[in-house]
Amino acid sequence: MDFTLRKEHEMARALFKEFAEKEVKPLAQEVDETEVFPRGTVEKMAKNGFLGIPVPKEYGGQGCDPLTYVMCVEELSKVCGTTGVIVSAHTSLCCDPIMTFGTEEQKQKYLVLLAKGEKLGAFGLTEPGAGTDAQGQQTKAVLDGNEYVINGSKIFITNGKEADVYVIFAVTGMIEKRGRMMKEISAFIVEKGMPGFSFGTKEKKMGIRGSSTYELIFTDCRVPQENMLGKPGQGFKIAMHTLDGGRIGIAAQALGIAEGALDRTIAYTKERKQFGKSIAAQQNTQFQLADMATKVQAAQLLVYKAAMAKANQKEYGFEAAQAKLYAAETAMEVTTKAVQLHGGYGYTREYDVERMMRDAKITEIYEGTSEVQKMVISAALLK
Amino acid sequence: MNLEEYKGVYVFAQQVDNCVNNIAFELIGKGKDLAEALGTEVTAVLVGSNVRDLADQLAEYGADKVIVVDDPELKEYRTEPYAHALASVIRKYKPEIFLVGATAIGRDLGPRVSARIHTGLTADCTQLEIGDFPLAPVPGKEQKHNQLLMTRPAFGGNTIATIACPDFRPQMATVRPGVMQKRERKPGVKANVEEFNPGFTPDHKYVEIMDVVKAVTNTVDIMDAKILVSGGRGMGGPENFKMLEDLAEVLGGQVSCSRAVVDAGWKPKDLQVGQTGKTVRPNVYFAIGISGAIQHLAGMEESDIIVAINKDETAPIFDVADYGVVGDLNKIVPALTEKLRAELAKKD
Amino acid sequence: MKVVVCIKQVPDTKGGVKFNPDGTLDRAAMMTIMNPDDKAGLEAALRLKDQYGAEVTVLTMGLPKAEDVLREAMAMGADKGVLVTDRVLGGADTWATSQTLAGALRNMEYDLIITGRQAIDGDTAQVGPQISEHLDIPVISYAQNLKIEGDSVIVERQFDDRYHVLKAKMPCLITALAELNEPRYMTPGGIFDACKAEITVWGRADLKDVEDSNLGLKGSPTQIAKASDKVRKGAGEKVNLDPAESVDYIVGKLKEKHVI
Repeated sequence: MDFTLRKEHEMARALFKEFAEKEVKPLAQEVDETEVFPRGTVEKMAKNGFLGIPVPKEYGGQGCDPLTYVMCVEELSKVCGTTGVIVSAHTSLCCDPIMTFGTEEQKQKYLVLLAKGEKLGAFGLTEPGAGTDAQGQQTKAVLDGNEYVINGSKIFITNGKEADVYVIFAVTGMIEKRGRMMKEISAFIVEKGMPGFSFGTKEKKMGIRGSSTYELIFTDCRVPQENMLGKPGQGFKIAMHTLDGGRIGIAAQALGIAEGALDRTIAYTKERKQFGKSIAAQQNTQFQLADMATKVQAAQLLVYKAAMAKANQKEYGFEAAQAKLYAAETAMEVTTKAVQLHGGYGYTREYDVERMMRDAKITEIYEGTSEVQKMVISAALLK
Repeated sequence: MNLEEYKGVYVFAQQVDNCVNNIAFELIGKGKDLAEALGTEVTAVLVGSNVRDLADQLAEYGADKVIVVDDPELKEYRTEPYAHALASVIRKYKPEIFLVGATAIGRDLGPRVSARIHTGLTADCTQLEIGDFPLAPVPGKEQKHNQLLMTRPAFGGNTIATIACPDFRPQMATVRPGVMQKRERKPGVKANVEEFNPGFTPDHKYVEIMDVVKAVTNTVDIMDAKILVSGGRGMGGPENFKMLEDLAEVLGGQVSCSRAVVDAGWKPKDLQVGQTGKTVRPNVYFAIGISGAIQHLAGMEESDIIVAINKDETAPIFDVADYGVVGDLNKIVPALTEKLRAELAKKD
Repeated sequence: MKVVVCIKQVPDTKGGVKFNPDGTLDRAAMMTIMNPDDKAGLEAALRLKDQYGAEVTVLTMGLPKAEDVLREAMAMGADKGVLVTDRVLGGADTWATSQTLAGALRNMEYDLIITGRQAIDGDTAQVGPQISEHLDIPVISYAQNLKIEGDSVIVERQFDDRYHVLKAKMPCLITALAELNEPRYMTPGGIFDACKAEITVWGRADLKDVEDSNLGLKGSPTQIAKASDKVRKGAGEKVNLDPAESVDYIVGKLKEKHVI
């Protein structure tokens, strides 16, 4: 086994790093402070192909592998967690299910524009009463003629008001499974502007404050029948499969945040002097940095392994769950230590680690909390 | 090539709009030093249209002889006819050394000429002297005497290299403007002029000049300033340069800036000091809010006195500053201006 | 329309500089980047590709690892890459380098050759104009704007206090300034394609109409007598005072030195 990266991955990382440093980093603080979605950055990323990295070229994408995509989210998140999650939600949660489950017509109509970045994607599964428990879904879709009529709402939707194309889940009926009546869930591709589709309030969040997190409201929203993604009743499977991929993206975001905080802390502790010497010369600092760096490295290996599993295996939920669990917890731990090592300055908005600690927290929560990841991992162990 | 046939130090006397550039006088000045070391003379080569009258100025600054190449094709600078003029002069007169200013024109012209006559060209020299090559005797290798040793910065000012051209003639160099000293002007000296026209027949290499657009600028060239007040990224924005203008005005100096300031669009490029800007050596250089990247230092470290004001005490500018002040420029600069104003008023 | 862009892999001067015992640069020991002026030249060529469908070939001379800079150019959108590498070409000055590149260019089709104005390692700005001389074509240096009109290029050439609008018949050579444009990024897909692409590798034998006596260290008229890290003037005084004291300090020093 050889851990060296291939030439193309090295070059891609250099590209993402340069882009992040030049185009994203200068705005990170402002995006956080003003909570304004970085539309200009999204346009630049679209122009450079960052919004269709793992999508095949025939569908307008870059034809690269999941590892390249993961590196993109990682490098962006090193400087700005908001920008990282915009790419992750768009790619993993919208492009990926259409690529995997969409018809040729759906791919031509939606995936091509998404992969080129001419349209931005989002994903709507969570509801007020249904987070991880998909069976709690209340949103319904009823076939009327050749259209489905959707009623209900989705909350905490990343890229919410800024997206153009949404993969939405709704209950389309009841079926009997092992003697129990279960909700039959189906997936739909919904466009912004379809009649009856509107937005609720914007969430005011602790971190990733520039990402546009909205409630989606469907009031007799009419969606053409051909916009059903996959087959009727396939929705739960699509959602779970999509989240397996999404978790790799979030794991990469968490990894990037942790790396960014570590880099800044190393630089700061070398500069900052206390009691006549740099704080990097104190053994406590050295040991803290050693722990942080080791965990970051372990997280990176898990995240890259999950990306390779997505490239090479049919099922990769186990690897994705481990990567996300560990990377998210590492992000939280490393950013917390980073703030501590920055002392009072680290608690102020003048230093990036303050933002990074707030951004890190969400990675333990969305696309399956850490507890849910542990359920997935243990279920596979005990099966 | 019989190297012995090549004699004399020649310099390209650049003129634009029939006005001789300072670099021509600087090259003559340095050329005199080299010619004295070699026991020879300095010849200025004046190229243009209706430029004969400029020859005496070159003599006043020390040119022993002036070769005038005068032709209507040479009115506005173009690479090909100018290259033809210089290459023809070199072929006919066989100089030992040929110096060209490292101006935009010289750096365009020099390489084309050196390639045409097959000799070496050392770019952007900051020091020229006559000496031995190799510098010290090397067994099995002939040590040549009376060689032109050309010293220049490279790698963005990180290194300096001394270059020789032992087997080809002329030994050609472009020379950074503002580095060499011109000689004292001796008014009234008349030039010993020789006119030479090799013939100019336009061919496919002649480009067509469709337009000449002169930038309107009323600032004095920062290379001529005795006192420079230079601002960097630490100024925070173009509006804050007012502070520097006030300080410069009190001292009778000029405002200049670092590359970051030009890149940000706060100030025009002709005020830029540094490797890709201008080399300056004023009596006093104030570096205000300039961190002192190596490319910047390369353009100003020869200044007699360097005063640096910067809030970052680790800024590299402090490594070259004679007087470094760690502090907030927004507080210090206006107060300094007022204090100097008061001091100078006392004197009057 | 065919455009050849000459690019150079240069040491990132921020990374420090190392020399071989003979005074030539030890390029192998340094971090490398695409020379910034060359990158602007490449961007200008890629815009001609976007606009007129020009075919863009990138040409470099260097060690085998200079292949990386060609792949970077191809990941930005260049169509083909040609690497000229041969032990006998090492240690070349600008004369020998321009002879080498001209020898390669004689085997290529071009309407336009673009080079960067100068490389950040040598800062000589000589190779472009010298290539044009060897190929007997017009040169326009310091291009800050570029457009095509029929069989000619129209270029704004920057000089100190003015610019010239110049028209030259193709084939011709222009040297680009970093200020010419903002180079595009590579694309991820471009990187994957570039890593799979075939790079043409030429050696001494592939150069056309060039004498051995004009190549490499032996064919270089200029020779290095001495090279060293620049010796800088030492630091003077540094004070950390409150603003009023700082002002008194500076004024005191200016008086001491008879500036005022």
